[in-house]
Amino acid sequence: MAEWTEEITHIAGTNLAIIKGGKGKPLLLLHEELGHPGWMSYHEELAKDRTLIIPIQPGYGKSPRVEQIRNVHELGLFYIWVLNEMNLAPIDVIGFSLGGWAAAEMATANSKIFRKMVLVAPSGIKPAEGEILDIFAVTIGTQVNATVHDAAAAPEFRKLYGGERTPEQFEAFEEARTESARIAWDPILNNPSLPYFLQGVKGLPTHIVWGREDATVPVTAAEPYKTALKNTDVKLTIFDHCGHRPEIEKSAEFVKLVREFLA
Amino acid sequence: MILMYFTERPYRDVPEDEVIKNRGFFGVPNKFFDREAGSRLYNEYLDEMVYAEDVGFDAIMLNEHHGTPFCMGAVMNVEASILARITKRARIVLLGNPLPTFKNPLRIAEELATIDCISHGRLVPGWVRGAGSEQIFNQANPAYNRERFEEAHDLILAAWTRPGPFRWEGKHFNYRYVNPWVTPYQKPHPPIMIPGVLSPETVVWCAEHRYPYLGLGTALSATAELWNIYGDTAAKEGYVAGSENFGYLQHVFVAETEEKAQELGKAHLFGGGQGAFSRPEHTLPPGYNSKEATKRLARTMTAGSGGFLGVSAEQLGRSKDKEEPSGNLQQVADSTRRRLARGEATIEEAKAAIYKSYQKAQDGLQIITGTPKTVIPKIRRILEVLRPGVFGIFQSQGPVSLEDRMTSIRLLGEEVLPAVREIGKELGILDPFERLPGSRPYTTGTQREQLISLDALRAS
Amino acid sequence: MHIMYFTERPYRDVPEDEVIKNRSFFGVPNRFYDAKVGARLYNEYLDEDVFAEEVGFDGIMLNEHHGNPFCMGAVMNVEAAILARITSKARIVLLGNPLPVVKNPVRLAEELAEIDLISKGRLVPGWVRGAGSEQIFNQANPAYNREYFNEAHDLVLACWTRPGPFRWEGKHFNFRYVNPWVMPYQKPRPPIWIPGVISAETVVWCAQHRYPYIGLGTALQSTVELWNLYGQTAAQEGYMAGTENFGYLQQIHVAETEEEAQLQGRAALFGGGAANFSRPEHTLPPGYNSKEATRRLARQATDYGFLGITAEKLKESQSGELSHIGIPKENKQNGDTREKLRRGQVSIEEAKKKIYANYQKAQDGLQIIIGTPKTVIPKLRLIMEVLRPGVFGLFQANGPLTTQQRLTSIRLMGQEVLPAMREIGKGLGIVDPFEREPGSRPYTAGTQYDSLVDLEALKRAPKRDESVRV
Repeated sequence: MAEWTEEITHIAGTNLAIIKGGKGKPLLLLHEELGHPGWMSYHEELAKDRTLIIPIQPGYGKSPRVEQIRNVHELGLFYIWVLNEMNLAPIDVIGFSLGGWAAAEMATANSKIFRKMVLVAPSGIKPAEGEILDIFAVTIGTQVNATVHDAAAAPEFRKLYGGERTPEQFEAFEEARTESARIAWDPILNNPSLPYFLQGVKGLPTHIVWGREDATVPVTAAEPYKTALKNTDVKLTIFDHCGHRPEIEKSAEFVKLVREFLA
Repeated sequence: MILMYFTERPYRDVPEDEVIKNRGFFGVPNKFFDREAGSRLYNEYLDEMVYAEDVGFDAIMLNEHHGTPFCMGAVMNVEASILARITKRARIVLLGNPLPTFKNPLRIAEELATIDCISHGRLVPGWVRGAGSEQIFNQANPAYNRERFEEAHDLILAAWTRPGPFRWEGKHFNYRYVNPWVTPYQKPHPPIMIPGVLSPETVVWCAEHRYPYLGLGTALSATAELWNIYGDTAAKEGYVAGSENFGYLQHVFVAETEEKAQELGKAHLFGGGQGAFSRPEHTLPPGYNSKEATKRLARTMTAGSGGFLGVSAEQLGRSKDKEEPSGNLQQVADSTRRRLARGEATIEEAKAAIYKSYQKAQDGLQIITGTPKTVIPKIRRILEVLRPGVFGIFQSQGPVSLEDRMTSIRLLGEEVLPAVREIGKELGILDPFERLPGSRPYTTGTQREQLISLDALRAS
Repeated sequence: MHIMYFTERPYRDVPEDEVIKNRSFFGVPNRFYDAKVGARLYNEYLDEDVFAEEVGFDGIMLNEHHGNPFCMGAVMNVEAAILARITSKARIVLLGNPLPVVKNPVRLAEELAEIDLISKGRLVPGWVRGAGSEQIFNQANPAYNREYFNEAHDLVLACWTRPGPFRWEGKHFNFRYVNPWVMPYQKPRPPIWIPGVISAETVVWCAQHRYPYIGLGTALQSTVELWNLYGQTAAQEGYMAGTENFGYLQQIHVAETEEEAQLQGRAALFGGGAANFSRPEHTLPPGYNSKEATRRLARQATDYGFLGITAEKLKESQSGELSHIGIPKENKQNGDTREKLRRGQVSIEEAKKKIYANYQKAQDGLQIIIGTPKTVIPKLRLIMEVLRPGVFGLFQANGPLTTQQRLTSIRLMGQEVLPAMREIGKGLGIVDPFEREPGSRPYTAGTQYDSLVDLEALKRAPKRDESVRV
């Protein structure tokens, strides 16, 4: 089991908790709107030859809210500031769901901040068909259950989210949902200008990963993302029998894909 | 014909000098608002409207303006709500809610639906882009004015007609759960009417939507032109426009004797009247006008027209082929105001300039004042030219007593309305409730209906 | 005493099965709304209001809810406007406009001012944060709910009291030219009352602003604690709170005979009553509750419900406004039935049976008071003795009563219940906010302040079974 630490650093005008673990070239992970899930098997695998850097988004866990981050674009600007302060640019990034949206925003602001970018079922662009699940008008249970296609086939999901929720877990989820509501309530989990500005991203190889049965952000949002990134090298991989969390539902395939892409 | 009673519900107690000093009604500091007067006036205006229904008006018209003693209907839906309950027959015509100023158009959909229900289906909701001052007052970005108007319009109609719950993700409005538990009484939705002052864009939009267009006292020749634009657009859309597609608002004040009428009629110019609605910087904030309109405006400004031309009826009423002599109402108002601003004119001089134009205003039909006998022929001229299915009568704006206002309503009801109905019948005028606007198909290549009478126009 | 008549103005024709199938009122698809029925009901409710004024009520109370057959007052200001004209004595009490959902507080200020003018100064505008479902319906970000509320409140007051034109640049609202040409009749401003259900934060805020706080049918034990919290805060603010600072709303139905009353009163449980106001996901959207409230809620997720808490606990914790219908979190009994329904484990009929099985309990716990004037008055007396509220709202039962039954109830209330209540009130020395200005009596630190509640009377009051919600 790789060792990982959580440290709080004063940076970019705030106190930011950052999880670090593994060895090798730094790899930035931007977690999803429910928060950092904990050290999963895909972390374990990737940490074998990369140093994972996982900032805890302001407003989550030990990172206090930053009021000046009013939307996901400004979240991206915040992370850019952090990377510059830490001298980590250009860095590889994997962004999950809203974290993927944030990575895309960062690329529009400064595509040189990244060397390569992996977007895992990112919100931020409306799908061509269907709707992004309105996570703010459903219960936590519904939201969580909508993130995997077949819970029985995803043992790590059951480990995380199965069974009775503890009060602490309930609180953590509410806190996470509060912060994501604060910055992504309106428009509903998307930025209408993002497709336009992604066209300006050049020289940033990007791999978009999706599960075909994604019930949170429909897979029909993948093409719009790919089309928007037309001026850079972009690939799209869709896993069958997979929901919103390829990294857990198809962990081995996911890790393999990422390793090959980031090599 | 639908005969409508309208008053701006002016705060008649505002000191005229303050309006003139301020060079416009909008922006007179609200310290001049007195609650006793306000309370009394709101209730008196409601009394007038009930009375108007009693004496035979088919409809009561309201409008909305913010932050101005010119019109107390800042939230006219308050008055509309009351009318829904205290009137029995008359239609309640709102011309109109300024859609771009609403930050929550879904609430307006609920509000109007509630009013329509309470009135058992007598609401005619109309919508406007709103004067420039409304954008400023309500912090509504003027550069997005038309977009917000159209999206709010679409959203309200969707809220009324599309079964909920549904999501709305537009450019300016997002709603995640549209499922209003009040929808209008009238199905599929209440009839919509759009008022305007000669924006061709608006006229075309109306024709495309088959909404009747109501000209707000605009000059006859210019109005006639727009009627034709509407008619042409209607033909393109595949239907025949007729009198049911048009309305017109006309100031009319009636008294028992011509002397009295002449004496009281002047009050309509109070404070500078419509021409003093708001100062230029408030009338046309940046982005409010389309590029074409700005182009037109720039040309008219540099043609020595004497000042900034807001949405005043007079100025916009200039037709292309008739060069108005300098010294029409707006120009006079503008130049005197500019001199006033520079300290080159006194308030007294400004006032004098305003009232000097009284006769001209009557000649130009901006003001119609007289006994029933003398006003009816003037109204006839308008009806012969424009043939509007809806005709609104606009009460005096100035410090006329309640009693005199009520007398005017009575005389209108007793003598003028019946005569107007006769004229309407004679001219074959139908209103939007007698014939649904847009219901008559147009066959390409055929002649479309004559919407105006050029003969009558030339004669007038 | 100020006694007000209140009805949610329910859309009584909604099919009960649809409400139960939907597991709440909010969100029943609007295809079940028939505008002709709506038109009739709106007008009947206005008739009731006029009648209530005639029979002696001092005030008519309205409230606002969106997208919900439980209450047709989506835009209650429409009804308020009408009442301003068609009533002549009664106060028009709005409890309340949900400030966070209105989006244009300047327009609201104009609207309420117009109503106050037309009514010649009879408006009592109250404001709420709004239930969770209002935020969702109106697209109002729940994470900013309290901020929206506070800033909109300040802006409306500025519109009414600060001479224009002026500029407002706040965190959530900007207005470059505030100069409304309609101002309230009442000076310096209309009296403001704030309704609530056990939010300590709201109570403290009210006390700080000297706004009377109206408890919406909350359990006596908890209400007592909140009154005391208000009183303590008032003392800190330098004034003495009294009966003029408090109001209470009680759901009630009165009929000529006890048999009739008991038969008709079941309507109060229609569709599951307020407990089924909205489903959990709509009741508490993310960010709506403060962190502390969430913390408490998390720890009560397996308990039976909100039990009486001490003033100390209330003081140290902040709780979020949970809508006027009580804390809607799932309790073992009710929640389980809705869960089971969702999973298809129980039928609509069974769910209905469970709802109406609570009828007696709901009366025992005073969630609803059903009876003849003779039998309801003692129950009202008890509440009045415990809480001593200057304002008392009688809330017409919400379900499918007939128009006649409702009017009879109003008549009996006017003829017999109100006079009795006024007598009781006099005996208890209760004064209302119009008889004594809230916050007008200075408090000297160190001295004893008025007892706001009667703990002895509380002992005689029934303990409410919190698993029963109406």
